[in-house]
Formats: sequence, C-alpha cells, structure tokens
Amino acid sequence: MLNLDFTFQRDNFCLHICTKIDAPITGISGPSGSGKSTLLAVIAGLLKPQCGHIALNNRTLLSQHSVDKTNAFIPPHKRKVGLVFQDGQLLPHLSVRNNLLYGYRNISEEQRHFSLREIVELFEIDHLLERKINTLSGGEKQRVALGRAVLYSPELLLLDEPISALDERLKHQILPFFLRIKSECKIPMIYVTHSPNEIEFLTDTRLIMNNGQLIANES
Amino acid sequence: MNLTEPEWQALALSAQVGVWATLLCLLPGISCGWLLARKDFFAKPAFEALLFMPMVLPPTVPGYLLLVTFGSQGSVGKWLKNNFNVEFVFNWKGAVLASAIIAFPLMVQAAKLSVQMIDRRLEQAASTLGSSPFKVWFTVTLPLMLPGILVGLIMVFSRSLGEFGATITFVGNIAGETRTLPLAIYSATHQVDGDAMAMRLIFISLAFAFFALLLSNILSRRAEKWIGLNRA
Repeated sequence: MLNLDFTFQRDNFCLHICTKIDAPITGISGPSGSGKSTLLAVIAGLLKPQCGHIALNNRTLLSQHSVDKTNAFIPPHKRKVGLVFQDGQLLPHLSVRNNLLYGYRNISEEQRHFSLREIVELFEIDHLLERKINTLSGGEKQRVALGRAVLYSPELLLLDEPISALDERLKHQILPFFLRIKSECKIPMIYVTHSPNEIEFLTDTRLIMNNGQLIANES
Repeated sequence: MNLTEPEWQALALSAQVGVWATLLCLLPGISCGWLLARKDFFAKPAFEALLFMPMVLPPTVPGYLLLVTFGSQGSVGKWLKNNFNVEFVFNWKGAVLASAIIAFPLMVQAAKLSVQMIDRRLEQAASTLGSSPFKVWFTVTLPLMLPGILVGLIMVFSRSLGEFGATITFVGNIAGETRTLPLAIYSATHQVDGDAMAMRLIFISLAFAFFALLLSNILSRRAEKWIGLNRA
C-alpha cells in the first residue's frame, strides 16, 4: 500500500498528489509534461518534495511538514523501490550478469526473494549473461533491466514508459513479462505509459494526470 | 642515435618530473573536474577561472609566483623548510610542482568533460538498486570517467615534458637537477657546438609527443570499449 500526499514545486511546475495506491499494477497516463515521470522520481526518492507525506507499506519514506517542522526523508538507496527507465539504463561497463547482480549484491540473504537462475529463466535471458550491454537489442536491454530490478526484490516497482522506445513486435514480446512479475514475483507495480493498449492489457487501476494533478482514478 | 650522458640525464629527469607531476594532478584534478561538472556553489565561475588561469598566463608568471611563495624566503617555502626540511626551489621537486601547476587545468578539463558526458540516470538507476552515493561514485561514476581520466593523465604527462617557462623561472636550469628536455634544448641552442645535441633532443621530444598522443588515443579507445561505448 502506497500513501501519497505531497507537493513538489520546481520553477513554474507544481505537482500535487493525494491518493492511495494498492492495486497489483497501477497504470498512470496523461499528456507529456503532466508530471508522470516526476511522480515516479518522487516515489523513488530521486526528487524531494517541499512538503507532504509518503509511506510504503506503513513505512514512512517522506515526512516534510513546515508547520510542526517534522523532517524525514529516506534516500533512494534505502527505499527498496525499483525504477525501470524507458531505455533501461543498464550500466555499460558491466556485463549482463553483473548488471543483473548489481542490486542483488546490495541486499542481504534474507532480503533476497529470487535467485539469479529464477530471474534468468523468467525473462529468458540465459543466453545473454556474458554479453556486453552495447551488443543487446532494445528488447533484450529492457528484459535485462526488468530482471535487474526484480532481482533486487523491491517492495514496489516503478516503470517509466518501459517499452515506449521499442517497435510493436518487441512490445508484444515484452508485455507478458510484466504479467509474470505480477503473478510470479508478486511485486506491486506503477506503470507509466501513453499507450491505452498497454493500460488495458496490464493494469488493474488507472490514474490519469494533467498539469501536476490526478484528475481521474479508474478501477 | 647515441645520446650523451647529459642528454640521458635530461631525458630521465623529464620522465621523472612528468610522472610525479601526473600523480600530483590525479586526485585533485578528478575532484575539481567532478565539482565543476556536478555542483553549483558560491563564486563557481571565479573558482573555475582561477583553476584555468595557468593555461592562459605566460608560464613565467606562475613560475615567479612559485618562486616568491615557495622560495627560501617565501612564506610557504620557509615553513616547509623549517617544519619538514623540504625545499622546492632549485631542485627537481620544484620542477614537478611547476609542471603540475601548469598542466593541472588539462586534467581538470578532461575530468570535467568526462563527468558531463555521464548520463545521470545511470547513477540514479544505481541508487534505486540500493547503492549509497559513495558506492554509486565508485561503481558507476568513476569507471565511466575512466577514458577522460586516461586522456587527462597523458595530457598532463605530455605537457609536463614540454614545460619550460615556469620551470626555468622557479628552479633554474641546473644540469642533472632541474634541466629537463626543453631546458636542455634551450641550453644546447646557446652553446657554440650545441646544434647536434639540440637536434637529437628535438627528435626525442617529437617522438615523445607523438607516442604520448598515440598512446592517449589507443588507451581512451580501449577504455571506451571497456565501458561499452562505440566510437566511429
């Protein structure tokens, strides 16, 4: 369960969100510049709102109130919130195997819910393990990025237009993997996209944003 | 090509000064490059201008300022002599200091450019995978800076080999102590029978410069390949 109630202001843009998210996959859509990616960055801890409260599974990630001067901010590396970018953002100096293990090595045995073998089989990337990142296709990169994020065993997975850069054929190859994360890994996801088809296919709840605000919440 | 004893001395001293100047520039150069690329702070333009001044000043100016500061009567020079028994003036350590100061902007510039070229979302991705800022720096930022750092190091080394004005002003032209390649060429051109020696040293300088640039190119290509960048 993710509780959001915060205001983030930058230059002339103001993102004000107040909602609860508890669906297995929540879709977020809206026009460019409406604040979708900013919302994900705030949840991941990459941006710090000026005031408000964010809690994930009853764990406070942010508590920033000017009136009673409470101030709590959990930095991104301590949040256990995974983020997959549009272009994967795989580390180019590491092999696929070491990219997959990058987050995995940062958590203790008890925190590990999956093994490398399970993830490799789940995303069908066994044959890529020793490859360099610059030799992968767009679809392969996204599967590795998803595998890396899931292997980190996050409490919440944020997906920022994860397949928008792929062609239609690759999109159809990748989409079932999100359903696998949902059914087999049981990691709740927030999925940002412009595509109504992806929203229809994947998500249980749909939030629509415009000009820094949620304007609709459809289940 | 047979070199005489003084020519070998100049060559060895140049290499020694170049290596030490390069080592001296390494950590401060990376730090300043990263600072300039990533942080905004009060008087940043003035700080940057100050760092890059040795590139545009006549080398005799930093040389003279070093002499005034680190000389036996200079405030820092006196303090170092009294407390650590270290002297810079008129010895090879001074030549290292002069070379490092003149070449330092090259290291800063290379490091700054290499940081600016790193996609910050790579670092953000690493932090969302549980890496602290410290770990992100060592596992993502630093490896991706490597091609720039290598180029910077070779540029500093090459610039040190060619350093003349600041060195002669600060530490003089003492055979076997501060007479590096360019100073030896200068001395040879002032000797009645020094033309042959000057030519030999000029050939060595040309070869050094060419191979340093070639090595810089090869190493940076290898480093780029290692970090997964493709270059035409």
